[in-house]
Amino acid sequence: MTAATVYVPRDASALSIGAGEVATAIAKESSTRGIELKLIRNGSRGAFWLEPLVEVATPAGRVAYGPVTEADVPSLFAADFLNGGAHPLFLGPTDEIPWFASQQRLTFARVGIVDPASVADYISHGGFQGLRRALSMAPEAIVQAVLDSGLRGRGGAAFPTGIKWKTVLEQKTEQKYITCNADEGDSGTFSDRMLMEGDPLCLIEGMTIAGVAVGATQGYIYLRAEYPHAYRALNTAIAAAYQTRYLGSDVLGSGKRFDLEVRLGAGAYVCGEETSMLESLEGKRGEVRVRPPLPAIKGLFGQPTIVNNVMTYGSVPTILHQGAEFYKNFGTGRSRGTLPLQLAGNIKRGGLIERAFGVSLRELLYDYGGGSATGRPIRAVQVGGPLGAYIPASQFDVLIDYEALAGIGALLGHGGIVVFDDTVDMALMARYAMEFCAVESCGKCTPCRIGSTRGVEVIDRILGGVESERNLQLLENLCETMLQGSLCGLGGMTPFPVQSALKHFREDFRGDAHVRNRLRRSGDATGS
Amino acid sequence: MKGMGPNESDTVRRIVSDMKDRPGPLIEVLHSVQAALGYVPPDAVPILAEALNLSRAEVHGVVTFYHFFRETPPGRHTVHLCRAEACKSMGGDELADHAKSRLGVDFHETTKDGAITLEPVYCLGNCACSPAAMIDGRLYGRLTPERFDSLMAEQRQKAGGSKQ
Repeated sequence: MTAATVYVPRDASALSIGAGEVATAIAKESSTRGIELKLIRNGSRGAFWLEPLVEVATPAGRVAYGPVTEADVPSLFAADFLNGGAHPLFLGPTDEIPWFASQQRLTFARVGIVDPASVADYISHGGFQGLRRALSMAPEAIVQAVLDSGLRGRGGAAFPTGIKWKTVLEQKTEQKYITCNADEGDSGTFSDRMLMEGDPLCLIEGMTIAGVAVGATQGYIYLRAEYPHAYRALNTAIAAAYQTRYLGSDVLGSGKRFDLEVRLGAGAYVCGEETSMLESLEGKRGEVRVRPPLPAIKGLFGQPTIVNNVMTYGSVPTILHQGAEFYKNFGTGRSRGTLPLQLAGNIKRGGLIERAFGVSLRELLYDYGGGSATGRPIRAVQVGGPLGAYIPASQFDVLIDYEALAGIGALLGHGGIVVFDDTVDMALMARYAMEFCAVESCGKCTPCRIGSTRGVEVIDRILGGVESERNLQLLENLCETMLQGSLCGLGGMTPFPVQSALKHFREDFRGDAHVRNRLRRSGDATGS
Repeated sequence: MKGMGPNESDTVRRIVSDMKDRPGPLIEVLHSVQAALGYVPPDAVPILAEALNLSRAEVHGVVTFYHFFRETPPGRHTVHLCRAEACKSMGGDELADHAKSRLGVDFHETTKDGAITLEPVYCLGNCACSPAAMIDGRLYGRLTPERFDSLMAEQRQKAGGSKQ
């Protein structure tokens, strides 16, 4: 009899709620019982409400148990879980769990399924097909495929990826660079982290295709220091790719070189802005550069450089493998393809949902998310990170689509969705937006550096009941100044959460409102 | 402030001499120095500046720009508590208040016994399991004040153990 195969995620989030202890307990229990098993540490499938999710390979496919604790392990063995035995935590075939079954996973097709460290496993699940195809194509044709797919930058700015690549391709210089912005700093986002931990070879393949397309031989992944698990997973996968000649001086025997290394950031949100990231990659203070010149013309070390997000590169292997048409057929309007959305914060069933553009916010919050974790009404949702607008319940029917969200004064950003129940104090959230900007400002331009600090002070005066009306007007003016006068998106977009809070939740900005909200939080009041 | 000892100076010199020929090496060098010494001593700045052909101001500017680099030694354990929106939506502010009062420190401070340094962090990518914290590089999710207290007790035991 061959040993049973058991999967327990090594994803950082799964580990944070006990997956490591579960894996240890399974290994220990199996050796006590003299049962041989193969334990694979996969990425997470992204249903964090079911983590730690333990899967077993059976002749009928993989079946799942979850959420499993260390204490459940002996009873799982007693229930013969290695053969898919019945148990209170049994969830059935993993792919048939409705939360997964209705998703459209392209970028995340392998995450949670493969062993992230195994090149062989990656290949047996369709990996490196895109790179093989690219190596047989002319550089212009690769760029054209990306252009035709309609792919737009997934980091937040939604700039057409193909145009960026075309600009770099057209530069006649000896040295060009491929850089990946993995400085995933937005609260409510974790898709980059999950891909880098769960299927790092997908990112490596996407970046290698970019290198082949524009004639760049060196790639850098700029990874935030807050992601030590991703750092280890990436370095393991890069070493494996070198060993199997998917990276290095002769990629797949094509005679083309592509080298890749990971560089760690050091805790600076602003380094998610592309020019600031380039400064940081050069070892300098992460201060924003004035554009032009564009990074595609003068980027890293003054050379033509592609700067794309993890999710953007992660979409490229599918586009090259399955074709631009295939990818483009997902989505709606000018938002083509799929988007890995991240449901976070006060939500019952949080996690990663990859769907074609065009799904409604309501469907995400209630059908996937199951409402708030606390069971209270959802009052506000922040989409697109700390610079994204707060959306009130009256607008939950908005579709996930760059233009649709822009139409209600919101933005999609990196696809993070943070949910708040009715105990949230929106004036304090607006204050936090300003405070965060003050902490993270690079200091180069005045509206951001000084404006954010003044913003905190003005909101404090409003909440203290000091000349409220006058200070509310001042806050509106300050937002306008930051919006118009800042050098980059940090100062220029910090007003979005503030203005949206003022617009949709103005009652929270009354002098006595925060007292009332605090009471509501502690359950002493029935609300407004 | 007490200066670096000869061993620490040697460590800094060895690190920078190993890494100085890499493209744009300063941040990588600082990561290595902090990994070896626990912090970036102000005395290291002139050594790094000279080896990398930078001004002291440039090196100091980089050290102070990034939240991750510290100029003073940390406690035996470092707790990074997430302050961002997703964690706030699940009681992150209450957890931060609890942590500060229980440890008797504010953010960026170390407990009197030298065991725990408390630092704020803006997102650990654990937003579907909020509120979150990282303790010495290990991630924790769905924290409650009670769980926080038991984790601190565990760390203190480790800290005590390592001294004996």
